[in-house]
Amino acid sequence: MIALVDYGAGNLRSVQNALDTLEVESSIAVSPHELAGADAIIFPGVGAAAPAMAALRARGMDRALLDAIGRGTPFLGICLGLQLLFDRSDEDGAACLGVLAGTVERLSTKEKLPHVGWNTIDGVARHPVLDGLEGEAMYFTHSYVVVPKDRSLIAGQTTHGLPFVSAVAVDGMVGVQFHPERSGAAGLNLLQNFIEFANVAQADHSLS
Amino acid sequence: MLLKRIIPCLDVAGGRVVKGTHFRQLRDQGDPVAMARTYSEQGADELVFLDIEAAPQERATLVDVVERTAREVFIPFTVGGGIREVDEIRTLLRAGADKVSIQTAAVQRPELITEAARLYGSQCIVVAIDAKRVSETDWRVYTHGGRQLTGLDAIGWAREAERRGAGEILLTSIDADGTRNGYDLALTRAVANAVQIPVIASGGAGHPKDLAAVLTEGRADAALAASIFHEGAFPIPDTKRYLREHGIPVR
Repeated sequence: MIALVDYGAGNLRSVQNALDTLEVESSIAVSPHELAGADAIIFPGVGAAAPAMAALRARGMDRALLDAIGRGTPFLGICLGLQLLFDRSDEDGAACLGVLAGTVERLSTKEKLPHVGWNTIDGVARHPVLDGLEGEAMYFTHSYVVVPKDRSLIAGQTTHGLPFVSAVAVDGMVGVQFHPERSGAAGLNLLQNFIEFANVAQADHSLS
Repeated sequence: MLLKRIIPCLDVAGGRVVKGTHFRQLRDQGDPVAMARTYSEQGADELVFLDIEAAPQERATLVDVVERTAREVFIPFTVGGGIREVDEIRTLLRAGADKVSIQTAAVQRPELITEAARLYGSQCIVVAIDAKRVSETDWRVYTHGGRQLTGLDAIGWAREAERRGAGEILLTSIDADGTRNGYDLALTRAVANAVQIPVIASGGAGHPKDLAAVLTEGRADAALAASIFHEGAFPIPDTKRYLREHGIPVR
């Protein structure tokens, strides 16, 4: 069962619709114990960091997310769900989960902001969830981007005037700045990769 | 680099896609969900549903279309037409719309933009502007489906919409709409230069060359069209091939 983290914002519905199309079971997680039992977690999101963090903390979901990630539960963060993994967001000064070292900063570009529309992903790292992503166009809608301290986390880049980090990956944790649930066939492919990755991880876990 | 977006627009009434001018002679064009799926498969970058009746009693039908589309279509889509309250915006977003477009109500009460952007984020608030030319460099805003003149100038209103938190501008030239003689390039360029947020050009597409012109000379970030796609003269793949051959980056 894939748990979708609900914190009152967001486009949970479109992610769940995509998972339904891929014929995988998912549930909306609103409490810590629903995350504790999940085989995999998708953390979607749109909107600002501070209200999202406040909503997570109010239900103890911040702690539950950190625990699940610590246990190695396969994790996919989307857009704000990627940004919240870092220490802090400049958008509203919010302290975030701090799973990854780094900040969230306004995209430094002379081009139009928000960065809305389809843009390509380059320099894609080898990771099962990101298989087939190199050169694909995906749908973005954001003005802020992650700036990881550890450059080795960077698993994909995109250019909007200047290059920015559009994917990070470390072990079972993947985060993407674009919206796979809104990126047509290429997006469904990434979600399918994540489902298979989670299945393999679960099988390994049962054997050990 | 950021690609230029091609957006088919579906006019919806009573749960069907219709075509007609000025609410007369509406002709049935098909099931909105089926058409949305087809356009998505053909490579449309985004979709817009416009509720052309915008009758409150028909809202449930529209919400049903949005829910069914969201289950089958995995590209972004915007819903507009007669939206007046933040509650209506929430209902449509919850049903699965990615964005809503607001127009007349935003002119009457600009705080609606501010409130909606604060509640749901700028990324899902599109402000639609219908503009009509009054001189070489002056365009006025109309509301109520192009029937009512306001005192606003289109460029100033676009700036205010941006300042209040709009995420995108959907700009329709009333003069060009329905002519198939091309977009109003001067209007589109003037608005695109005046704001930082993306501008979607609408009204006047008759040939892929019109889309090419508005995406280059007109400086639009996206081009919206209806009849050239619905009637099959220039399907999306052909249109995109044309744009690609003319050096315009598309998906």
